[in-house]
Amino acid sequence: MGFVYPQYEFRQSPDSAAAKPVRHPVVVIGAGPVGLAAAIDLAQRGQKVVLLDDDTSVSHGSRGLCYAKRTLEIFDRLGCAAPIVEKGVTWQVGKVFHGPRQIYAFDLLPEGGHRFPAFVNLQQYWLEKFLVDRALALANLDLRFASKVAALEPHADHVALAIETPAGAYRIEADWVVACDGARSPTRKMLGLDFKGRVFEDRFLIADVRMQAEFPTERWFWFDPPFHAGGSTLLHKQPDDLWRIDFQLGANADPTAEKDPARVIPRVAAMLGPQVPFELEWVSVYTFQCRRLERLRHGRVLFAGDAAHQVSPFGARGANSGVQDADNLVWKLCAVLEARAPETLLDSYDAERGAAADENIGHSTRATDFITPKNAAAKLFRDAVLELAPHHAFARGLVNSGRLSQATHYADSTLSTPDTDVFAGGPAPGAPALDAPLANGWLLDRLKSGFTLLAFGAAPHALPDLPIAVATIAEADDPDGFAHRRYDAAPGTVYLVRPDQYVCCRLRRFDADAIRAAFSRACGKEM
Amino acid sequence: MMAKLRSEPGFADADAFYAKLVEAHRDLDDAASAKLNAKLVLLLANHIGDPETIDEALAAAARPV
Ligand SMILES: Cc1cc2nc3c(=O)[nH]c(=O)nc-3n(C[C@H](O)[C@H](O)[C@H](O)COP(=O)(O)OP(=O)(O)OC[C@H]3O[C@@H](n4cnc5c(N)ncnc54)[C@H](O)[C@@H]3O)c2cc1C
Repeated sequence: MGFVYPQYEFRQSPDSAAAKPVRHPVVVIGAGPVGLAAAIDLAQRGQKVVLLDDDTSVSHGSRGLCYAKRTLEIFDRLGCAAPIVEKGVTWQVGKVFHGPRQIYAFDLLPEGGHRFPAFVNLQQYWLEKFLVDRALALANLDLRFASKVAALEPHADHVALAIETPAGAYRIEADWVVACDGARSPTRKMLGLDFKGRVFEDRFLIADVRMQAEFPTERWFWFDPPFHAGGSTLLHKQPDDLWRIDFQLGANADPTAEKDPARVIPRVAAMLGPQVPFELEWVSVYTFQCRRLERLRHGRVLFAGDAAHQVSPFGARGANSGVQDADNLVWKLCAVLEARAPETLLDSYDAERGAAADENIGHSTRATDFITPKNAAAKLFRDAVLELAPHHAFARGLVNSGRLSQATHYADSTLSTPDTDVFAGGPAPGAPALDAPLANGWLLDRLKSGFTLLAFGAAPHALPDLPIAVATIAEADDPDGFAHRRYDAAPGTVYLVRPDQYVCCRLRRFDADAIRAAFSRACGKEM
Repeated sequence: MMAKLRSEPGFADADAFYAKLVEAHRDLDDAASAKLNAKLVLLLANHIGDPETIDEALAAAARPV
């Protein structure tokens, strides 16, 4: 079954008839994966949210593809992981080839006891459709299609927006704006902000090919394969008998000529062999950029996703990191909207996700440089690494066909309380909580939407009078010991977990004053 | 100042090492010779591992004559 593009209806908003611009607490611009995730999270946390998108359907054609375990955990919290995992293709094994031979294979999740796979492959249009389905089910989420933000004016206490629709233009105001309007972000331009970084010259051909093929469900990456000498090729499986093939074309390729099926079909046929019938579903030629906004917060406008930072696709870090931006931002924005935290808490969004953007850009840049060496010496070392890889484990570690997206650890976050007790493992403050199978269900399901104290053994007495839920993991809840091992926990160990499921403090023994201090620090309050 | 990179003689038989190195390149064209050197650098750098030593070696090798 192929994909049928949904056509969402434009509905005239009562805002367009109001005598003066209606003020909303929070407006999200852009219903791509990131804007949808942000709006759903805001709505689930009880905010009335307006989500504006200039289009009436989901992302057209072939873009994002691989969604990582941490992102799936976030989608689960947002109530839409099930259809994504069910429709998606699950994989965890990757193979790397050099010339005609395989040089090694890797397994991303060799250990059992995980609810979500390392990665799920799903066309971006399916992902967005499932997110829109979820968004439309939330009464306090006002999703307005065919509603283009045409102008945006920041003020000290609000942001004014002009919206263009098929039925005419109107204005609204927002206390806060979350700009998720993609790599070309009009919001960024309207605020006159620079988007700095590196543009890579190499062109890549992306072909989605429909075929019934015997390839296993794995990520295959070739350096200099016999069917595409001198370049690299990446093969990924998608649902609906679709395969993503990504050919490196070099810097001098002509993008228009390369898109011609008369040129693409022989390329694909050379790779698949003469016996495999296939159809081209989608073809495009890309160049890639690695760049970011210097700051993700500009007063009352917060940037997330591709609007804030852009990476190359090697490592699948685009949508994955954008959804993690939303995850980081939304609870903070809710705390500020509800006057539970000072506005400066939002600066920690810039600090934490800015660091994540740097990390993602770093990985993405290094992978792109390895795949497309920029001079003869770089090519020489790259080929030397590939030749050593089959026989030397260290060289396999140097092969970089994309370091696949993993959740960022906010190592220096001001919201974290550094360890004073000794832990030999487990998620340190600034790292995401880890899932584990329990006798009944999964550990992450025990975490509540606000702060949660994860208590191993028995629930502590004398909890401070704070909005912190308690989730107790008794030894009997953990018959296989996964949770205790993953958290390096003994009876009495407690972890304080933020609303975005990141650890902000952990102790060997519960201490009400320490938890109170850690909570207040994690809310961005002066101590 | 070099702190970790050893500059004092490390070979038991320096002439023998040098002869072996040159011998390994004897029948190679420029490209194969460059590849051999690249592999050698990678193997030895991994063996050393220590980033400070490697940084010092990189700096020493890059120093203009
Ligand atoms: C070939 C390729 C492969 C990729 N593979 C992966 C992958 O495997 N994994 C991964 O995580 N990422 C991948 N990505 C990246 C991924 O596609 C992007 O990171 C992701 O789409 C970013 O989401 P976003 O919501 O920030 O922006 P977008 O998806 O670009 O959404 C922006 C939205 O804003 C709307 N908009 C724009 N202007 C306005 C306006 N003025 N008013 C109202 N609405 C507006 C647009 O219509 C759009 O709906 C890939 C990208 C490419 C090109």
